[in-house]
Amino acid sequence: MSDTTDAAGRIISADGRPLKSSLNRALRREKLRALALIAPLLIFVLITFIAPIADMLFRSVENDIVSNTMPRTVASLRDWDSTSGEVPGAGVFESAYFDLAVAAQKKLHSQLGTRLNYELTGMSSMFRRTGRRMDDVGEVYMDQFAALDQAWESPEVWAAMIGDADWLASEKAWAKAQNPGTPPPAFEVKEGAQAALPLTAALYKDFAAYLRLNDGDSPTQEEPWPVFYAALYTDLINRPDAATAFSGADAQRLQTSAAAVTNFEAVDYKAAFVKADDGWGQVNTWATIKAFSPKYTPGYFLNAVDMQKTPQGISAQPESQQIYILLFKRTLFLSLTIMFSCIALGYPVAWLLANLPARSANLLLILVLLPFWTSLLVRTSAWKVLLQQQGVINDTLVWIGLVNDTDRLVLINNQFGTIVAMTHILLPFMILPLYSVMKTIPPSYLRAAKSLGATNWTAFWRVYFPQSVPGIGAGSILVFILSIGYYITPELVGGTTGTFISNRIAYHISSSLNWGLAAALGTILLVVVLALYWAYDRIVGIDNVKLGG
Amino acid sequence: MGANGTNEAFVAFDRVQKSYDGETLVVKDLNLAIAKGEFLTMLGPSGSGKTTCLMMLAGFETATNGEILLDGKPINSVPPHKRGIGMVFQNYALFPHMTVAENLSFPLEVRKIGKSDREAKVKRALEMVQMGDFGGRRPAQLSGGQQQRVALARALVFEPELVLMDEPLGALDKQLREHMQFEIKHIADSLGITVVYVTHDQTEALTMSDRVAVFEDGRIQQLAPPDQLYEAPENSFVAQFIGENNSLEGVVEQINNKVAVVRLDSGDLIDTIPVNVSQVGERTRVSIRPERVEFIKDRLSPDAHTLKAEVLEFVYMGDIFRTRLRVAGKDDFIIKSRNAPDQVRLKPGQTIEIGWMPEDCRALDA
Ligand SMILES: Nc1ncnc2c1ncn2[C@@H]1O[C@H](COP(=O)(O)OP(=O)(O)O)[C@@H](O)[C@H]1O
Ligand SMILES: [Mg+2]
Repeated sequence: MSDTTDAAGRIISADGRPLKSSLNRALRREKLRALALIAPLLIFVLITFIAPIADMLFRSVENDIVSNTMPRTVASLRDWDSTSGEVPGAGVFESAYFDLAVAAQKKLHSQLGTRLNYELTGMSSMFRRTGRRMDDVGEVYMDQFAALDQAWESPEVWAAMIGDADWLASEKAWAKAQNPGTPPPAFEVKEGAQAALPLTAALYKDFAAYLRLNDGDSPTQEEPWPVFYAALYTDLINRPDAATAFSGADAQRLQTSAAAVTNFEAVDYKAAFVKADDGWGQVNTWATIKAFSPKYTPGYFLNAVDMQKTPQGISAQPESQQIYILLFKRTLFLSLTIMFSCIALGYPVAWLLANLPARSANLLLILVLLPFWTSLLVRTSAWKVLLQQQGVINDTLVWIGLVNDTDRLVLINNQFGTIVAMTHILLPFMILPLYSVMKTIPPSYLRAAKSLGATNWTAFWRVYFPQSVPGIGAGSILVFILSIGYYITPELVGGTTGTFISNRIAYHISSSLNWGLAAALGTILLVVVLALYWAYDRIVGIDNVKLGG
Repeated sequence: MGANGTNEAFVAFDRVQKSYDGETLVVKDLNLAIAKGEFLTMLGPSGSGKTTCLMMLAGFETATNGEILLDGKPINSVPPHKRGIGMVFQNYALFPHMTVAENLSFPLEVRKIGKSDREAKVKRALEMVQMGDFGGRRPAQLSGGQQQRVALARALVFEPELVLMDEPLGALDKQLREHMQFEIKHIADSLGITVVYVTHDQTEALTMSDRVAVFEDGRIQQLAPPDQLYEAPENSFVAQFIGENNSLEGVVEQINNKVAVVRLDSGDLIDTIPVNVSQVGERTRVSIRPERVEFIKDRLSPDAHTLKAEVLEFVYMGDIFRTRLRVAGKDDFIIKSRNAPDQVRLKPGQTIEIGWMPEDCRALDA
């Protein structure tokens, strides 16, 4: 068939479509098939690699615990000037009471305390202590309402007053069925109740949702939280005509109560807070809460580079608490040292491997790979045995007489120990890429160089070495990136001076539970590695990295 | 041309033996003298020990036994880089991380030759191989033929007196190879250098060399100029290996110093020149070149022995006709005839009489 063209001058394929779209269609099918083949891996990588990294990046700036746990306080603090030198007004304390009373019921207040403690020491105990006192405040109102009408103590009365009629009916059916597996129906606020008693309705809704989610219980069977009485008091003071939105017994009871609340003994929230803990009377406490009320914060990153976010702005950490910059520098320095040690030790071995006859080379290769057959812990512990002060090396040195028995060398639990053990552990990652690159350099190059008059050294340095550089590059990147994130070996043999930033990250993840800071440190580490990788690409060129072939 | 004694030779192998594993000899008792300015080719099948000989000469392998002399001095203990021998490798071994000019400049740099001198020599060497414009390129950016030229220029740029080449044209296509054969020969002649050239291609050996050493199984089977090698092979191996050859087997029936009459296994009698036979009753393999066979009666001498032949196949090859015959019970007998206006084209099935001049028919070892 001769080629034909359409009106626009495009070539038409045999089936009458433009050639270009035919080709695209054919290629698309192949691409889809290829994609389907790698789909399992792609999904695996997404779930196990990309998602955790994204989560880590997010955690390093995430800070919604303050605004989630104390939404009303955060809102009231917006108008307060933290540089005024004065503690916020009564309104803020009132908001803080309702927030903390709910949080204490849900047992969330201590988490918030822990979070704020990263920024200001003492916050953790302050929140725990205050949380315990919150019920006392509510009970002052509870007792007064109960004295007015016994019905205020009944859970059903509360549920019927605030709950929607339909919800109430389905709740009754659920209670009758006595089906332990199913949760109660989702709570609905009665029309009108929301507008008439806004604070009470909001808290009650929170209460119902919490019960349903955590215990699978219905609010009709649980004692009302004491904080509801304080909320009801506030609502009735603000809206004396609230009863008009209700009918029947509820309206009656609210009517009487609204008339009575004006004579109730009111609680001074500020005094109650300060009584629970002096910290509430200090400006710094409130300034810290305000500073960390936004949903996102640079605080973790600032901490990760030895700075802090204070109400006055960003400043350096006190000298005694500066640790991370030092650790980053040390991690980089030790990783580079380990990398260069690996090059120095691995290059001759790789050269031997590539140039020995096949049989001896295979044996040597097995020896190189042997460490992979034993556990990392065993290898590291072996170094402990060798390097400790009562260990094999010191014993030998003392026995030879090179070292006095009284001043044995400190070879472990310091940087030296980390360098030795990690060089040993990472050496195969240097040798293998070097070997596979050297294997591809034909021996005729060296012969050619020598036939041209080069000595052995010149032939090696001018001809062989430059061709093995891609192997050095690949090995160095592998070793450096592995070592910069290494954790177990420095933990075991590094002591205090030989630990890496990863050890600190691990500490924050498993001991101090400061995941945000751990995430920020991890993110910085990731950025440093990417920056070094970029620099390497600019200087050496990433095309110059070969793992073989 | 050709040297007769080791004392006046430029390169001499004196009873050299080589074994890699201590069990088999790869080179067996090699004696070879190469004169200054000579182009000597080592020709032989793969594995016959040619490269090994070259490597011993270059210094990358040591002779297990015997001595190698360069310009009269033994070089067994001189390291390769001090021998001053240029070398062209089969895969060229151009340094991939250097440009063409840097590759050429390398042997001059290690000889501590000044920069301006170096540049001049590199330029001259590149121009000699017609690669003057390619100095800035990397070897990977050159075609096979161009790489070959650069490798040649690099081996010559430091003006060695002896250049070794190990199958330097092996990777090129036929046309380029023929062109390069001519060029290498031309350069070698104009520079007056001594060349030891290794190849397994007999055409290459015949067209380029002053003398050819035919290797087999670690031994030189024959050392002679190309025409002698082709026309007067000294044994069956050389006869078979060089050019196309017909061989017939039989027993010597009569012999004097000029002619041996051989009775073939089919019973026919033919006249031959005795080369490797000396007495009646000896078994022999008779060798005749295809283009020396005649089948037109009046071109043969009247008393010549002739053989009956049946035409099996006729192939038209342009300049020649190649005809396959059944002769004396063997059906791989080839004759070649020139495509001339009066030439006869034989047809399969036809029966003819063939014969040849007695001096074209050599009785060799069985
Ligand atoms: N480095 C070596 N080690 C062991 N045997 C070798 C080595 N090089 C060559 N040989 C053997 O020596 C013989 C001759 O090889 P070589 O000189 O390369 O032959 P050629 O170049 O004529 O093809 C072969 O049988 C080959 O297997
Ligand atoms: Mg060879």
